[in-house]
Amino acid sequence: MADKILAKDKLGDFLGKLQADYEVYAPQEVEGKPQWAPVEESDKVLWDFSNTHTSPKDFFFPQTEIMMRFKNVQDHENGMVMEAEPPLANKRLLFNIRPCDAKAFQVLDLIFVQDEMTNDLFWKDKRDKTTLVGLACSDPCPSCFCTSMNCGPASTTGLDALVFDLGDKLLVRALTEKGEAVAEGLDDAAEADQAAAEEQTKAAEAQISSSVGMDKVNERSVMELYEAGMWDRVYENCLNCGTCTYVCPTCHCFDIQDETQGESGRRVRNWDNCMSWLFTMHGTGHNPRGAKKDRVRQRFMHKFKYIPVKRDGEIGCVGCGRCVLLCPVNIDVRRVVNDMNA
Amino acid sequence: MEAVAQKIRETAAKLLSEGKVDCVIGYAQGTVPMRDYPYFAYTPEEAQNLTWSPFCCNNLANFLIRRPKGEIGKVAIVAQGCVSRSIVGLIKENQIAREDVYILGVPSPGMVDRRKVQDRFPLKTITEVTVDGEDLVVKGKDFEERIPQKEVRRDNCYTCVQRNPVIVDEMMGEEGPSDWGGNIDAVAAPWEKLEPGERWEAFIDEVDSCIRCYACRDACPLCYCHVCFVDEAMPQWCGKTQDEADVATFHILRAFHCAGRCTDCGACESACPQGIKVRRFTSKIEKDIRELYDYSPGMDLEATPPLSVYRPNDPQEFIK
Repeated sequence: MADKILAKDKLGDFLGKLQADYEVYAPQEVEGKPQWAPVEESDKVLWDFSNTHTSPKDFFFPQTEIMMRFKNVQDHENGMVMEAEPPLANKRLLFNIRPCDAKAFQVLDLIFVQDEMTNDLFWKDKRDKTTLVGLACSDPCPSCFCTSMNCGPASTTGLDALVFDLGDKLLVRALTEKGEAVAEGLDDAAEADQAAAEEQTKAAEAQISSSVGMDKVNERSVMELYEAGMWDRVYENCLNCGTCTYVCPTCHCFDIQDETQGESGRRVRNWDNCMSWLFTMHGTGHNPRGAKKDRVRQRFMHKFKYIPVKRDGEIGCVGCGRCVLLCPVNIDVRRVVNDMNA
Repeated sequence: MEAVAQKIRETAAKLLSEGKVDCVIGYAQGTVPMRDYPYFAYTPEEAQNLTWSPFCCNNLANFLIRRPKGEIGKVAIVAQGCVSRSIVGLIKENQIAREDVYILGVPSPGMVDRRKVQDRFPLKTITEVTVDGEDLVVKGKDFEERIPQKEVRRDNCYTCVQRNPVIVDEMMGEEGPSDWGGNIDAVAAPWEKLEPGERWEAFIDEVDSCIRCYACRDACPLCYCHVCFVDEAMPQWCGKTQDEADVATFHILRAFHCAGRCTDCGACESACPQGIKVRRFTSKIEKDIRELYDYSPGMDLEATPPLSVYRPNDPQEFIK
């Protein structure tokens, strides 16, 4: 499908039409911060913002998710009745998602949905029913380093369509069938508009001021990196809180628990994080990552070595910079990876 | 503040080169604006990275206790009023020995709340913040503005009653005036006006955005339990979900566990990625302790912590 054009003052009509088919969400100002919210008025949709405060991963991987409910029934032939949670009722559309966050979901697809045995129905149901319409970055932050992480300000991976904000109009580029359904009916874009989008992308890429080297990380063996002396300093001031993992679009560890009350209960999956003392604590009382250093190392090794080794060079980081901004003790992932790469 | 920073660097380098301490815990300049971070200097050269600024919002006393025993020997630590009070508390609770800590005392003019600065520029990206006398110079892509520091300090720095350190081995600058104090009772005042039902609503409203990262707990020098009650697994005390009951349980128990111990350093609020006003939860408890027992935590090495002792004349009207 050719690139399309949408006048910004027609956005209300455009989104209104989509709302007949989808629940539409977009970054809006909530309590002073850019955050995801259902679109009620199209003029509340943000255009000038860096990225949402927290990542949109909870659209697919909620912090708390009920997987099923169960009940002990004495006279039932099985004695226990298990009831699946209903799948997502409506199609959803995330409008103006940043390319880095969409890239994160493509990486997570490789982990949640691998084959017949590893096929996370909860993740997949929501992914299948959600359309991602991206907003290309025209003004990346100093904390962004997406171009070092297989991504970029106008990266299309994981997106169904990509929108370029050209001031009073939007260039809409459909990338998948889902995206074509969104762009259908819009007028074709002029060559000048396409050129403006390319210009904007080049300028945005040039504006990304921080870069991270991965060449030596890729060359070095797992054990060489694991045993590197740098870890003795990285963890020093870490609080072992979960901020970095919970604001991260690609961190995806979880803990499944059965909660019971009387004869009934529910199976719940909650976010977990490798910084926690309890993470990977065995029933025996042994923890393979018993010390703070082990836990801090795990987070970075997982993202920058284990995932690349197991997933064909994909990286468990997209360079969104949220952890850089929110870590209470300024453990800067860029600095850590550059140390791993030194 | 630069003079204090210089003095910290010089003193740290001297202590390290003379072998008087093995490590100096201070602050270094962060990689993002307004986020100077806890830094461990082991050599005189590393001591040159130390700084002192209005962006030193962590409580360094936290790092005296969260280390395996014997990992570092004797340490020097940069301590303003609240941090020194936390150190006193840790000594009294037998977590550290006075002789193992060399305290580099600094008077605190109050730290800047980066959220208050960000709120002046909604949705804009701040690229640089520098200190110019009493002002901050805040820069972004298309703006540059001066803000008086006194307008954007952390809440706890306005109500602080002890800016000067209470115990010191060496001062890193002149002590500030003794009338620097704020009104600590002001922290609890808004809660006290509320009826119990309203108070509950306000509390639930405040923790609504909590993501249970536990940064508040982990930034706090009072929270040194080897296993925190929320991490107890056999049996599990507290649910792991985002349900209101689980989130509220964590915050209520954490607040009560701090009773009679909180020095109102504000490290919890500074650490919270969601901007939750965590101090509000401890404020009324601390006020009760002040009124019932005439006790303020960490002010005096000799005073007995009220919740650790029984006295026949303890007030007990609240036991119904």
